[in-house]
Amino acid sequence: MSQVGFEKFIVPDEDEYKKIETIEELTEEDKESLAKAGIVPEDKDKAGNFVQMDQSVVYNKSFIDGVEILGIREALKKYDWLWDYYWKILEKDKDEYTQLSDQLPTDGYFIRVRKGVRPPFPIQSCLYLKKDNAIQSVHSIVIVEEGAHVMINSGCTLSNLVKEGVHIGISEFYVGKNAYLEFTMVHSWADEFITRPRTAIRVEEGGRFVSNYISLGPVKSIESYPTAYLVGKEASAYFNSILYAPPGSLLDVGGRIVFKAEKTKGEIISRTVSGGGKVIARGHLVGDAPKIKAHLECDGLIIKEGGIIHAVPELEGRNPDVEMSHEAAVGKIAEEEIEYLMARGISREEAISLIIRGFLDTSSMNLPPRTQLEVNMALKQLEEKGF
Amino acid sequence: MLEIKHLEVEVNNRKILKDINLTIKKGEVHALFGPNGIGKTSLLNTIMGLSGYKITKGEIIFKGKKINDLSIDERARLGIGMLFQRPPVVRGVKMRQMVALASGKTLKDEHIEALAKELQMDEFLSRDVNLGFSGGEVKRAEVLQLLAQSPDLALLDEPESGVDIENISILGYALNRLLQKDLPIMERKRSALIITHTGHILKYVVADVGHIMLNGRIICTGHPEEILQDIKKFGYKECELCHR
Ligand SMILES: Nc1ncnc2c1ncn2[C@@H]1O[C@H](COP(=O)(O)OP(=O)(O)OP(=O)(O)O)[C@@H](O)[C@H]1O
Ligand SMILES: [Mg+2]
Repeated sequence: MSQVGFEKFIVPDEDEYKKIETIEELTEEDKESLAKAGIVPEDKDKAGNFVQMDQSVVYNKSFIDGVEILGIREALKKYDWLWDYYWKILEKDKDEYTQLSDQLPTDGYFIRVRKGVRPPFPIQSCLYLKKDNAIQSVHSIVIVEEGAHVMINSGCTLSNLVKEGVHIGISEFYVGKNAYLEFTMVHSWADEFITRPRTAIRVEEGGRFVSNYISLGPVKSIESYPTAYLVGKEASAYFNSILYAPPGSLLDVGGRIVFKAEKTKGEIISRTVSGGGKVIARGHLVGDAPKIKAHLECDGLIIKEGGIIHAVPELEGRNPDVEMSHEAAVGKIAEEEIEYLMARGISREEAISLIIRGFLDTSSMNLPPRTQLEVNMALKQLEEKGF
Repeated sequence: MLEIKHLEVEVNNRKILKDINLTIKKGEVHALFGPNGIGKTSLLNTIMGLSGYKITKGEIIFKGKKINDLSIDERARLGIGMLFQRPPVVRGVKMRQMVALASGKTLKDEHIEALAKELQMDEFLSRDVNLGFSGGEVKRAEVLQLLAQSPDLALLDEPESGVDIENISILGYALNRLLQKDLPIMERKRSALIITHTGHILKYVVADVGHIMLNGRIICTGHPEEILQDIKKFGYKECELCHR
């Protein structure tokens, strides 16, 4: 029926796990799995927390007035109007994964940040697959109302038991007028794991969307191509991603920004390292309104034989008054940089490792401290293995 | 300290250095002059061991040891350091880290900060190496790394080019410290080879010997100030006729 062969995977039951009262009630093992994706299993200094385990929403809590966090099934029951946001900017029939997601039992998060509310802390949302050989189907909606500002740290992670499985994640984000949504996602998968996020974002006048996407661990296949629609004047979107493709993996990743209103701005920046795997780094900018500014930057380092990086930068101007540019560079580490470091007394191996580590540096992303810590640990592990 | 004998070097199958002979003694500072594109940087790069500079004849002896076949880092650890004319950007590697590494991880954070302050580079420690640095900042960053590395032989490729007068004095002060200019001549152990077009840096860092490079050779050696005056007065054209 499909290239993946979904039949062989289990579809976990909804409400299989009981709800918990505080996030601390998770078992130590579960907490460790969450930590791998940069999720702090604490309620302290959070605007809210959400945990979906397999197909059960086990925890959804907000600690700030004006921030609502529910499971999407519950939310759809509670709010009739929410159906207008469900399958609105993504199409059900887009591909076999969206179709499947529509057919399978699905849960996910519903996050609404009310007008003008600006929580000082991030919201954490964790999609956690505990069972081996299972499909996790998630459909999430985030609504950030006019003038509201929020950071969401999303982690997708697996228990140690999971070797193989599929994650399908449908996400529809609505960023209101002058609102701000910063969405940071860290993936921590396994060697045989397949993940298919399908994401769309709509940004209204003066609104701003920032996405930081990091995947440094093992994975079999990722296919991710979020689209941001800038529909209001001066809206903006920024996609940053840092990726490492281990041997045997296929990372087909990128982003698309559709500039539909004047003076909108957007940037897609990706840095990918192939340690033997294949990366298709896509970026598509569609300039469909006057005075827009769009930039695409796509850098790839191939550090092992057999590694492939295929950069596909696309600029599509549909208006004479657009400013669109792209830079793409793929290759091995510059010998000049290696030798520069060696001239300071550093060995060739150490120089190479420093440069790769530097290439994957995330300090410009302003990640939350805990996420940064996890990313640093993941990088350290890679480094110790010699990348 | 350094002895170069009959050195011949090819770049891209083109002979650039034909017969270089040069001796730099312990504690000496030498200045190297020559027109653009003549091979000055190539000589320094060859001493440092950078790739692309193929020694086809002759030898380079450092501290009594032939170093022709040593790797760059081995040469650095033996005590050769270089200020690059145009160093590359190393993205994601922070200046602080670079300075620590250059010191062989011996410098503590507070020392790094003190050194950086001296070069007015303290605000650059958290920045990526050379990323977005101005011309003058690049040079200060290079000197900062050299101070941390404290090589016995400093190869300085146009340390003052693109640097304003105030900053040249900062650089000069730092380089003098590196070269132990505060000690009596007899006690100085460090040497340097400085490439300069203008000679401005020599107002701060006093050179003992000057050389002119032309046509793949060092054709003239003498008092650095006098050589510089001659170049200013007569240009390199006259040198070609001289062959002392
Ligand atoms: N890596 C290289 N690849 C190709 N050509 C090179 C390389 N290095 C040097 N050359 C060539 O060798 C010649 C000497 O260059 P070099 O940089 O040594 O000159 P220079 O004396 O330092 O000049 P300047 O005063 O302009 O810095 C030039 O023609 C230069 O283009
Ligand atoms: Mg030069």
